[in-house]
Amino acid sequence: MGMYLTTTDDVIRARGILLLGELLTHLASKPLDDATIHSMLAFFTDRLADWKALRGALVGCLALLRRKSSGGVITTNDAKAVAQSYIQNLQVQSLAQHDRKLCFELLECLLQRYPDAVVSLGEDLLYAICEAIDGEKDPHCLMLTFHIVEVAAELFSDDLLANFASDLFEILGCYFPIHFTHSKAEDFDVKRDDLSRALMAAFSSTSLFEPFAIPLLLEKLSSSLQSAKVDSLKYLSHCTVKYGADRIEKHAKAMWSSIKDAIYSSHEPTLSFASESLDGVGFRDNVILTESLNLLDTVFKQNSGLFLSWIIGDEDINLIFKSISSFKTYKEISLQSKQKLHAVGSILSVSAKASPAACNSVMESFFPCLMHPLGLSVGNSTQDCFPNDGNVLRGKLNHGALYLCIELMTACRELMASSEEFKSVAAPANERWYCLLQSYSASLAKALRSTLETSANEDSYETNVYFGVKGLLILGTFSGGSLIISNSIFENILLTFTSIIISEFENTLLWKLALKALVHIGSFIDRFNESEKALSYMDVVIEKIVSLASSHDFSMPFPLKLEAISEIGATGRNYLLKIVQGLEEAVCANLYEVLVHGNPKSAEVVVQLLECYSNKVLPRIHEIGGFEEVLLRFAVNIWNLIEKSVTFSSQVHEKGLLDATMKAMKLAVGSCSVESQNIVFQKAFTVLSLGTYFPLEDAASNIPILLNEFQLTQETSISSSREAWICSLFASVIIAARPQTHIPNVRLVIRLFMTTLLKGNVPAAQALGSMVNKLGLKSNGTEVHGNCTLEEAMDIIFDSKLWSFNDSVTLRSNGGLENGSSIGLTDICRGATNIRSLQVHAIAGLAWIGKGLLMRGHEKVKDITMTFIECLLSNSKLGSFSLEQDYSENSSESVVKYAADAFKILMGDSEDCLSRKLHATIRPLYKQRFYSTIMPILQSLIIKSNSSFSRSILCRACAHIISDTPLIVVLNDAKTVIPILMDGLSILSNDVSDKDIVYSLLLVLSGILTDKNGKTIGQEAVIECAHIIIDHSIILISYPHMMLVRETAIQCLVAMSKLPHARIYPMRREVLQAISRALDDPKRAVRQEAVRCRQAWASTASRSLYF
Amino acid sequence: MVSGLINANPVVYEKKERRARSASSCVNDEYAAEQIDQQEVFDHVRDIKDPEHPYSLEELKVITEDAIEVDDERSYVRVTFTPTVEHCSMATVIGLCLRVKLMRSLPPRFKVDIMVAPGTHATEAAVNKQLNDKERVAAALENPNLVDMVDECLAPTFD
Repeated sequence: MGMYLTTTDDVIRARGILLLGELLTHLASKPLDDATIHSMLAFFTDRLADWKALRGALVGCLALLRRKSSGGVITTNDAKAVAQSYIQNLQVQSLAQHDRKLCFELLECLLQRYPDAVVSLGEDLLYAICEAIDGEKDPHCLMLTFHIVEVAAELFSDDLLANFASDLFEILGCYFPIHFTHSKAEDFDVKRDDLSRALMAAFSSTSLFEPFAIPLLLEKLSSSLQSAKVDSLKYLSHCTVKYGADRIEKHAKAMWSSIKDAIYSSHEPTLSFASESLDGVGFRDNVILTESLNLLDTVFKQNSGLFLSWIIGDEDINLIFKSISSFKTYKEISLQSKQKLHAVGSILSVSAKASPAACNSVMESFFPCLMHPLGLSVGNSTQDCFPNDGNVLRGKLNHGALYLCIELMTACRELMASSEEFKSVAAPANERWYCLLQSYSASLAKALRSTLETSANEDSYETNVYFGVKGLLILGTFSGGSLIISNSIFENILLTFTSIIISEFENTLLWKLALKALVHIGSFIDRFNESEKALSYMDVVIEKIVSLASSHDFSMPFPLKLEAISEIGATGRNYLLKIVQGLEEAVCANLYEVLVHGNPKSAEVVVQLLECYSNKVLPRIHEIGGFEEVLLRFAVNIWNLIEKSVTFSSQVHEKGLLDATMKAMKLAVGSCSVESQNIVFQKAFTVLSLGTYFPLEDAASNIPILLNEFQLTQETSISSSREAWICSLFASVIIAARPQTHIPNVRLVIRLFMTTLLKGNVPAAQALGSMVNKLGLKSNGTEVHGNCTLEEAMDIIFDSKLWSFNDSVTLRSNGGLENGSSIGLTDICRGATNIRSLQVHAIAGLAWIGKGLLMRGHEKVKDITMTFIECLLSNSKLGSFSLEQDYSENSSESVVKYAADAFKILMGDSEDCLSRKLHATIRPLYKQRFYSTIMPILQSLIIKSNSSFSRSILCRACAHIISDTPLIVVLNDAKTVIPILMDGLSILSNDVSDKDIVYSLLLVLSGILTDKNGKTIGQEAVIECAHIIIDHSIILISYPHMMLVRETAIQCLVAMSKLPHARIYPMRREVLQAISRALDDPKRAVRQEAVRCRQAWASTASRSLYF
Repeated sequence: MVSGLINANPVVYEKKERRARSASSCVNDEYAAEQIDQQEVFDHVRDIKDPEHPYSLEELKVITEDAIEVDDERSYVRVTFTPTVEHCSMATVIGLCLRVKLMRSLPPRFKVDIMVAPGTHATEAAVNKQLNDKERVAAALENPNLVDMVDECLAPTFD
């Protein structure tokens, strides 16, 4: 292509060279021989002079310079030639942005990959760099520019650089502070922070910049712009590290005063006393403050002697200390002094934290000054530490001094925790700060405790309590065994907190703070392995707290007790163990009380205990792990309890109690391993088979169980309550079982559940569903479940005729019944008997079984759904018939309703059963599959149906399915779904009890309307049905039973206003009228939505108000 | 007409934090009514843009929450606004914006009075009369230029 590269036509030549360059970029790893590379590079280098075809040359040079070592690289001489040509020919700043970027990339590449070649060029190159980067403005290029400076500064020797330092810095300096106003949309890849960081690296690249940089930064520190301030603080601390102590020393004085100013001015004037800030600084979100403290920390570490002398000699600080005795209570301190006080506190704490030596001097010079206003003396024995000063006795400590004292102690604690040398026990004993603290610790602890005794109506109560708790907390969390704080003091502290927890529950703030402090101490002990303290913690705190649960003292509100228990239990493994045990004992004791003696108070307690157990403690156990035996024991203990209590009192009918027990049982068993579950099963099964009423022998044989009306109606008799408990609990164990767990005697269990299910026992149905969900298939060949496979279970459930009836039950003559005397579950569903409740229960049971099958993707679920549909249809005939006859009786109508609601069970997600937590087998996309098989059937039935009643029932079933299917699937056939959806909305909105399903349907609708992705499919359907949608939404705007329905309806209308103008204009008047009514809605959220909607619709036509 | 801005350099105040409503018992009760109150009306008008500056009326302290009077039972609202300068010829436009916004946001049963705060405007009485005269408001809204201007000012309130 020689001609194209050398032709005199600019455009063609440029294109030709660019093509060659691009080509080389893509051939980066292809081996080329040296001669080719050399001649190519020579060509491109030459071409750099050709400004009209520059881009190609730049791309080519870059490509060659960046070649991987595997494909042949260019020599140093060549690189040097490129650099020379660059210096001679390129006027970077006169080029366009993209070319400039390429130029900088080339330069960067040269500096990074061929340092030998470039260094030899020396001054020329530096000069070229200065020239090139001067006045650059584009953020992308700037990033490169800053980097170039950084690399160059590392590369060249100091002597050489010294001549250029001021020039270079002049160029760089004007970029500081970075002021970046681009909006987010453009320049997506370069952000202000990136630029700022790159510039910081450039600033600190060589210590030669120091005479220029530090004054500039200090000057900008006094700027009023927040970001400039933060940036200069960051830069300063970064540069301090890079430039080295010697160079910084000159500026130290100036830096100190600026830092001091910054800290003084940035402090918030008030301190929050919320319990959240107990372990933190309290004002963490103040960026300037944190940055300036950072900087102080850096400079302090570098040159601590100098700074220390300044801090100790500082007038302001000393002034504060002098005036400290006037700061009696926190509220009396003026805002200004408060600000200063806080600043001093943070300065001192930073300096004390820096090193042990610094800590020594700070503590020595300031700590005694603080002790005096606090009225404390060196107290070695705990007896005489109460000074004569009446202040302390009255529980009034000087708040200013207290604050500083706490800051200092925190600093000491952090110093101790952070420095390695204190891990050995002996070391800190020699330090002076340490002795100082030790000598005061006893009296301090005492004094702090006395602050806690103030009563709540004092005006400085908050401050007192906060400081008191915080001080004690810090004393309690000194690491290093019992060196500073003797064991007795530590135990005293714990005692104080514990007694607060137990007795001061009316004092909310104090109680919360104390609890928080105890939690902190607990987790501190756990983290640092303080064995001695752990012992006392266990003795003092845990024992007391655990005893709370079982105590019969009802003066303390129970929820508070539980909060304390669960919070403290969360701090460490051993404590959790102890607390779980305590809880368990309490649960068992109270449960026994309820079951046998029927103590209603215990019932209340036990429900709360169980809720705490399953909601707070169990998740924590999961987090820590390895608590299996505890869970196992819990489950077995409850079963033991049930076994023990042969007669149940009548009080156990409280619904909440059984539910709570079942939930705890499910969760506990669910997190056990297979082996433990087996043990639980054995235990449970023995209890179950000992049950007195249970016709196990009958069930074992294949004789149909005799049902009679009496047996079915005695659902809540006292004699059966124990059986109901056992059965429900056994069901919950089964629900929680893992698929591999061995369930003893499956056939029998299935029969049992089948029978109880007909009495309306939902857990039994859920257990059946869970069993068919988890049972192994025959084809697996594994005999995991011992003696029963899924097929057998299905046989029992569906095909065997389990029940027979005596004469009092009239069987409906039904073609399906040949035998006439014994029937199965599906027959009952189809209405083989005339007992309504029986049918309803059978339907619910079948629905749960169906759900289990559906989730594992078994094809039998089709039969079940067909049963339901049959149910819907057969009864709808009767339903229309009974509508004419006697509406009040409406027995079959509600049966149909139940059948329709069965679809909700099939599709819905349930917490109680068949969830991931309870080890259900879940086939991916099972909902989608079911939806796509069932919807066409239902749709065709709706079209065929002739009575309004059957139509409404079918719509109801559809509504359940639609609202539980993922939106994407529904969206795909929006066209057919929307009419059904609309029908469903209008039918369901007639009944108050259906408001939840109305809402979830409406959510599907608004999902379809607002969906962005499925625009083509969804939108078409929506446009087609616009009229119906708007009509129905208008009706729902006045839906009286649920605010969310009204709000969502209005949102749907807003979405509709975006449709093509011609389609919606005819409806405009109606909509606006409906909305102006909604403006007067009782709920505020609806009114706000209405305003937006009205605006959206009003502006579809002329903008005026008058329509 | 004066060319250029009437108040070239207004004092801009900070926006108040949008107060979260304290959760009252109404939240749980589906049928309890929440009355239209001062804060709600203020929320309607606070974001109206000033006709000549890119600031909201709240930022310029033209309206404050205290200057709104609401009586839900008797369906009455009175808004008192304070023009930034005494001779502000924009006062009528601001008033018109307030009126239009409230007409569109409140139920039709409400009677709305818009007033200039006493002593803050040179031609106070005239402005008040103009703003509360149904005919004149209707006539003003027939003027396409005026309607466009009002709509522009109201645009931020519907976000």
